[in-house]
Amino acid sequence: MSEDARSAVGDYKAGWHDPENATIRFDFGLSEQVVRDISALKNEPEWMTELRVKAFHHFNERPMPTWGNMHMLEEIDFDKVCYYLRSSDSTEKNWDDVPEDIRNTFDRLGIPEAEQKWLSGVTAQYESEAVYHSIREDLEEQGVIFLDMDSGLREYEAIVKKYFCSVVPYADNKFSALNTAVWSGGSFIYVPSGVHVEMPVQAYFRINAKNMGQFERTLIIADEGSSVHYVEGCTAPTYSTDSLHSAVVELIALPGAHIRYSTVQNWSANVYNLVTKRGIAHEKATIEWIDGNIGSKLTMKYPAVILKGEGSHAEVISVAYSGKGQHQDAGAKIHHLASNTTSKILSKSISKNGGRGSYRGMVTVSPKAENCKVNVVCDALLLDEESRSDTYPTMEVGNSGARCEHEASVSKVSDDQLFYLMSRGHSEEEALALIVNGFFEPFTRELPMEYAVELNQLMALEMEGSIG
Amino acid sequence: MGNLPLLKIEGLEASIDDTMILKGINLEILPGEVHAVMGRNGSGKSTTAHVLMGHPDYEVVNGSVQLNGEDLLEMEAFERARAGVFLSFQYPHSVPGLQVGNFLRRSVSAIRGEEAAKGAEFRNLLKEGMEQLGLDRSFLSRYVNDGFSGGEKKRFEILQMMLIKPKLAILDETDSGLDIDGIRTVAQGVDAAIRGSNSGALIITHYNRILEHVKPDKIHVLIDGKIVKSGGPELANKLEEKGYDWVEQEVMDNE
Repeated sequence: MSEDARSAVGDYKAGWHDPENATIRFDFGLSEQVVRDISALKNEPEWMTELRVKAFHHFNERPMPTWGNMHMLEEIDFDKVCYYLRSSDSTEKNWDDVPEDIRNTFDRLGIPEAEQKWLSGVTAQYESEAVYHSIREDLEEQGVIFLDMDSGLREYEAIVKKYFCSVVPYADNKFSALNTAVWSGGSFIYVPSGVHVEMPVQAYFRINAKNMGQFERTLIIADEGSSVHYVEGCTAPTYSTDSLHSAVVELIALPGAHIRYSTVQNWSANVYNLVTKRGIAHEKATIEWIDGNIGSKLTMKYPAVILKGEGSHAEVISVAYSGKGQHQDAGAKIHHLASNTTSKILSKSISKNGGRGSYRGMVTVSPKAENCKVNVVCDALLLDEESRSDTYPTMEVGNSGARCEHEASVSKVSDDQLFYLMSRGHSEEEALALIVNGFFEPFTRELPMEYAVELNQLMALEMEGSIG
Repeated sequence: MGNLPLLKIEGLEASIDDTMILKGINLEILPGEVHAVMGRNGSGKSTTAHVLMGHPDYEVVNGSVQLNGEDLLEMEAFERARAGVFLSFQYPHSVPGLQVGNFLRRSVSAIRGEEAAKGAEFRNLLKEGMEQLGLDRSFLSRYVNDGFSGGEKKRFEILQMMLIKPKLAILDETDSGLDIDGIRTVAQGVDAAIRGSNSGALIITHYNRILEHVKPDKIHVLIDGKIVKSGGPELANKLEEKGYDWVEQEVMDNE
């Protein structure tokens, strides 16, 4: 264990790191040259290079957000981030061909095992590049495309050119500009009309190096009447210095399509997680974000759905856990642009040991959108007196026919509730884990079973040693 | 064997927020016995139940409590549960998101061991208990005490007791809020769990009704934190008829 591991906090179980065997590593800091170098290294078409450069300049000019956690944001030193690091020269289709250290890490994270049991395909990203990628043959035969984003651009340039930045423009915010400038890795998925991908496809993102920046880019297109469930997980070593994860995810659900995007974010407590996720739902399409935030130092993430087509539906079900030194600023955004659209937001947050959870949500209903339904529920659970929960809900309803419901609650774990569970043979920590897992249940029941079990175990670990 | 007490309470004094509530309780329950504690509101009945189970808000100032010779006061609530103490709560707490079925399995596993929470024996016990208590199968997927009616809460407490099979079952006003059928069901549950076994029960109540069905071996009257009178089932009838004034008068006369 190195010096940095000594600061390993709490019971974070994924905090180990491998020796750094970079085949290509860029110096710290960002410049137009770095952006051009990344693009040249990847042999990209010129339009992508120019898009990156434009985005870079926008990133430079754009001020930091003046909301969220400004204090923590100001601490990010963009000159002390490595913007590109490659540890393996190729993306393998067979785990045996992945470099041993890296393969062992994914083994410990249980990825190959999960792949065999219950997944349609897996992409595993390590630092800046995908090191492993595979999809079940039968899906490939049905025309399903599941690639890492770089391969997607190489092999399906026309589709990528059409949709890239179509949902999240590079100038959407400072971090979408940063991602567009230096993106590397991520997933590219296309599901043809009428094809239902029964088992989930999974992406796993691992940061290993210190002061690393990971900027994956994901684009999912579900053609008419198709469906797909994408699951992502992520972890990183615990270091005393910060790393930066800034992804952009764009979803396009064409008429009648159904996209479900599930995340269990478990970054170590030194990772900034500043992510833009947004989808467009066309006629009668459904987009669901199932978003769990357990780790990271600061997360600012508000999965969004633009309900563009009549009769489309959006759901954002999210949980956030904030422990010591953590701030989860999470929420949802839904824009009802068309008639007969419906949306549901359920946000649950738990704060402990001085952690801070914020719900930040925005729902708009355009004046032309008739007969829309909106349902927003935010619940917070505080485990002690020093922890904090805030709610910042915004609703702009331009059509008087919309039916909007909003509920919010803040609760605390009471001694009587603990005593009741303890009288049934559960130690105080076990009792707390039962309460916490129960609170998150509306979220975990939406996850594939294997993920739900993992999340419950994760929360039980977080509750260990929490009783004074 | 038969003469060793299951529960032995000696000189138990306990306070909450520096107010003395229990002022010297002495009580012995033998294996297979059912005892009842009666008394007015504020006499210390519920405090007795909470102190025996180990609620952290109460401070034991003096005295000892032994279960089969083991010192209960040294244990935390969950250790007492594992040692065999069960409390049927007067006001059971809800745990939203925790399913009844899951909770029952986990609790039985925590108290009686993993094996007891698996397989046919558990399933049969659960099925029988639910039938006896008139609980539907859908009950198992509801959240613990969340949105339960008063009667459902009490039935659920008894269901837990039946599955956990405690050595000492303490029923804190389990009869209040139950109709006569409910009381009969609870009484049957207590009988099934205690009679003819090495277990025992302590029934805390205001009313005679449940005692007509359970038929306790002994009845204790609690006034101002002390057991002032003990007797057989006939004592319950007398209290029902005449109230508590005459007991108080007796105590004053004796002093």
